[in-house]
Amino acid sequence: MTWANVVIQGILLGGLYALFATGLALVFGVMRMVNLAHGDLGILAAFVALFIVQSLGLPLGWATALTIAIMFLVGYALQRGLLNFTLGTDDTRPIVVTFGLSIIIQNALIMKFSADSQGLDAGRIENISIKVSEQLSVGWFPLIVFVIAIAVIAALEVFLARARLGRAFRATSDDREAAELMGINNRHIYSLAMAIALAIVAVAGILLAVRTTFDPTQGSFRLIYAFEAVIMGGMGSMWGTLAGGIILGVAQTVGTQAFGAGWGLVVGHLVFLTVLAVRPSGFLAKTVTA
Amino acid sequence: MSTVPDIAKDASTVPAFRVARSTRVHRFVLVVSVAIVVALASVPWWAEVSVARTMVTFFTLLALAQMWNLLAGYAGLVSIGQQAYIGLGAYGLWLIGDVLGLHPFIAVFAAGLLALAVALPVAPLIFRLRGGYFSIGTWVIAEIVRLVVSNIQATGGGSGKTVLSAARLPIDTRITGTYLLALFVAVGSILLVYFLLRSRTGLALTAIRDNDIAAQSSGVNVFRSKLFVWAVAAFVCGVIGAVVALNLLRIQPAAAFSINWTAYALFIVVIGGFGTIEGPLIGAVIYFALLQSLSQYGTLYMLLLGIVAVIMATVAPKGIWGFVEKRWNVRLFPVSRRLLIEAPPPDEEPEPAEETDVSVATSV
Repeated sequence: MTWANVVIQGILLGGLYALFATGLALVFGVMRMVNLAHGDLGILAAFVALFIVQSLGLPLGWATALTIAIMFLVGYALQRGLLNFTLGTDDTRPIVVTFGLSIIIQNALIMKFSADSQGLDAGRIENISIKVSEQLSVGWFPLIVFVIAIAVIAALEVFLARARLGRAFRATSDDREAAELMGINNRHIYSLAMAIALAIVAVAGILLAVRTTFDPTQGSFRLIYAFEAVIMGGMGSMWGTLAGGIILGVAQTVGTQAFGAGWGLVVGHLVFLTVLAVRPSGFLAKTVTA
Repeated sequence: MSTVPDIAKDASTVPAFRVARSTRVHRFVLVVSVAIVVALASVPWWAEVSVARTMVTFFTLLALAQMWNLLAGYAGLVSIGQQAYIGLGAYGLWLIGDVLGLHPFIAVFAAGLLALAVALPVAPLIFRLRGGYFSIGTWVIAEIVRLVVSNIQATGGGSGKTVLSAARLPIDTRITGTYLLALFVAVGSILLVYFLLRSRTGLALTAIRDNDIAAQSSGVNVFRSKLFVWAVAAFVCGVIGAVVALNLLRIQPAAAFSINWTAYALFIVVIGGFGTIEGPLIGAVIYFALLQSLSQYGTLYMLLLGIVAVIMATVAPKGIWGFVEKRWNVRLFPVSRRLLIEAPPPDEEPEPAEETDVSVATSV
C-alpha cells in the first residue's frame, strides 16, 4: 500500500512539473526558442508573491493574482524589448541571452532576498489530507495543484484550438512568413506567447513555493525537470507535457522510495535518458521539429 | 575549388589575386607568441607562489573558454554542461592519483580519459536534441554525474575529497608542476583548436557552422565531426578539471560540478567573440582583470557579468574581437583562407599583399 501512496504522490508532483513545463513548451512551440531562464522566472514569481505578502500585507490570493498580472507584463516586455532581437539569425544567441538572464535573475534574487530558503504560507490547506485507507492518504494541496495543472493545460489547449489568438499562435508556429503575410504581427504574437508562458509559470512558482521551501537557485532544477517533461511528453502537445511530468514525478518518488533520498532525482534523470534513447520524439508528439 | 583558376583565366580585368592563409603578420605573431609562452614558462622560478596559483586559474579558464568556443562557436554545440567533465576530471585526479597510485602529474591526463569515457556514450543520446534543448540535455548529464558523485560514500559524498597524492608532493614541485601543466593545457588548447580548424575536420566544422544541412548534403559527416569535437572538448575539460583540483587540492561536488564553470566560459567567449581563437583569448584577459578587481563582490560580480553577456550577445554578437577584425581586418591565427588582391600594375607603387586585403575573408 505504501507503493500506491508513492505512485500517487509522484503523479501529483508530476502535475506541478507539467505546470512549469507548459510555458517552456508554449514558447518553443510558437517561436522555436528555448528559454533557459524559464525556471528562474517561475522562482522570481514566487519571490514577487512573497514580497507582496510581506511588504504590502496582502493575502496570498490577491498576491497571486497580482503576481500573475505582473509576470504577464514582464513576459511581454521581455520578449518585445529584448528576446525578439535575438531570434532569427543563429541558434546560439537566444541560448546565450536567456542563460545570461538566468544568471541575472538568480544573483539579483540572492542580493535582494539572500540565498536562504523561503516559504509561502497558504494556511491550513497545506496540512490537511484525505484519508483513503490506513496507509493511503492524499494531501489536499498536492491534489489542488494537480487539478490546477489539468485546468491550465485544458484551457491552453482550448485556447490554441479555438480562440482567434490561439489560431494566430499556431499559424506563426507553422509558418512564420506566411502568417506575417496574412497580417499577423509576429513580434506581437511572440510577446503574447511569452506573456502567457510567464503567467502560467507564475502560477507554478507560487504553487511550488507553498508546497515546499524555495530559494533563488531552485530555478535551474525547475528548468531541467520542465525540459524532461517536455521531451518525454513529445513536443507540440500540452497533454504530452502533462504525461511527461507525471512520468518524471513517479520516477522520482518511486526512485526515492526504492533507493533512498538522493537517488530519486537520479532515477528521474535516467528514466528521461531511457525515453530519449527508445522514443526520442516523446509519447504524444504532434509536431516534428527538425 | 576548380572554378577559381577559370575566373582568373578569362577575365583580364580582374586584378591578380591569390588565396592564402599565412601572411607576414602571422609569422610575426608566431614569433611574439613563442616569446610570450617562454616568458610565461619562467614565472614559477621568479614569481611568488600566489602569482603562480592565480595564473593557474587564468590558464584553466582560458583553456575552458577555448573548448567551449570550439563547441559553441564552431560546432554549434552550445553546451551548458561542460562542468560534468570538469568535475569528472577533478575526481579523476583523486581516483587515479590517490586510489590507483599514479603520479598526480600523469593522472591529470588519465583524468581526461575518464571524462572522455563518460562523454562518448552520452553523445548519441543528447545529439538527438537540437539548439536550446541540446543545451539543457548537456546540463542533465552534468546533473546526473554530480548527483551520483554526491551520493556515493566512496567519493566522500557531499563533502568531497582531498587529493592526498598531490598534497604529499614537495611544495615547490607541486606549485611548479601545476603551473607548467596549466600553461601547457592553455597553450595546448589553443594549438589544438588551431590545428583542428586547419584540418579537414575544421573545414567540415566551418561548413556545419554556416549551414549544417548544406554541409551534410555536400558529403560532410555532420555527426562524426560533432562527435569528434565533443570528445576533444570533454577530454580537455577533464584535464582542466584535474589541473584545477591539483591547484586547490580539495574537491567538492557542488564546486566541481558547478554550472558556474559554463557561465565563466560563456562570458569569456561572448565578451571576446564567438568562432575565433582570438576571441576567448581577449575575453579571458578581460574577464580575469574584472575578476581580480571585482571578485570580492561575489553576487554583484556575477550579476554584472550576466548583464554584460546579455548586452553583448544582443548588440555585438561577434564580441570584441569581431569588432577588431571588422575594423582593422586582422587575424592573429591563420585558420581561414583569404583572398588577397595582388599589387596593382607596375606603374604604381608596388605594395605588399597584406595591406590590400579585401575585407571578405572567405572561410573556405
